Amino acid sequence: MNKLFFPLLFAGSLMAAPVLAAQQVDMSKSEIRFSAKQMNVAAEGRFRKFVAKVNFDPANLAQSSVSVDVDIASIDIGSRENETELKSRAWFNASAFPQARFSASQFKAKGNNQYEASGKLSIKGISRDITFPFSLQQSGTQQIVSGSVPLKRLAFNVGEGAWSDTETVADDVTVKFRLTLQPQTATSK
Amino acid sequence: MSKITDHYSRLQISLHWLMALMIIGGLAMGVYLQDLPLSPLKLKLIAWHKWNGITVLLLFAVRLAVRHLQGAPALPANMPGWQQQAAVWGHRMLYLLMLLIPLSGWLMSSAKGFGVVYFGVLPLPDLVGKNADLADLFKNAHALLNQLLLLVLAGHIGAALKHHYLERDDVLTRMLPFLKQR
Repeated sequence: MNKLFFPLLFAGSLMAAPVLAAQQVDMSKSEIRFSAKQMNVAAEGRFRKFVAKVNFDPANLAQSSVSVDVDIASIDIGSRENETELKSRAWFNASAFPQARFSASQFKAKGNNQYEASGKLSIKGISRDITFPFSLQQSGTQQIVSGSVPLKRLAFNVGEGAWSDTETVADDVTVKFRLTLQPQTATSK
Repeated sequence: MSKITDHYSRLQISLHWLMALMIIGGLAMGVYLQDLPLSPLKLKLIAWHKWNGITVLLLFAVRLAVRHLQGAPALPANMPGWQQQAAVWGHRMLYLLMLLIPLSGWLMSSAKGFGVVYFGVLPLPDLVGKNADLADLFKNAHALLNQLLLLVLAGHIGAALKHHYLERDDVLTRMLPFLKQR
């Protein structure tokens, strides 16, 4: 079956925009942020470095896939002391688990540029299936994929020992992402 | 100036001692916090310290209003002029510090990007945007003002004891009436 499938697909891609080639991500307009609460005070942060591989085609959800590798050590929460703490063993244990990874190949269209992704999120050596909504917006020639993912930090052992006390640091963490994709023509020949 | 009375009201005495407790408690927490490694306890103490400080700021406003409405007893007439002046300026200093210390702490919190959520319920507005240089500036100001507070407090307590044990006048007992009944 593959023998037939791939040449057909290749032929198709010559006529339309390439479907399965990874879309270029404009890193200057892309971000992965998170927000959490300590003593009910909102704390915001982000990861400066990540690599996103996006193959998302609304017309071909079955063949779409996304993977994001986040460099844990690039955490930025606006305070050196807190960043050092977050990289330590009790939190992300960044030296043993330098990357967090999300990969998804299941997508559902919800209409009105809204989609749902289901995939696997791995943080600190723990993998969990997650499902979350996101949107795909056209901005000039670029496409913007954005959404927010509610997570429980303790599901990934982020904050062990004394830090597992959720009265101090809440269990709920929201990850917000925005990936800006270059026009497809830029990646096609 | 405000009215001259012959005694402090019960409200004024309560406010004085409640705030004394909160100010010294807040100061002790603040000093203890400084060198504590990051831990859940530290985060709790920082939050309690902030709630305490904002309460001091609120009580300060109440106290200032009460002082203007109810006045205060006059200083003993036999006090030398320079001591009268020192007492007036010492109290003005204390009032100013009750305003500036919580305010500098609030500014520091805002500049650090960790706002104040009063009693974990009411988010207070950030007075300035997140800015590391400003945060350092307000942190230094907060520390400096507290060192000044320690000096003025030493004078305040020293003077009260001097009035009580050396001058044997009513300056301390009018703020601590139960001492008089002995």
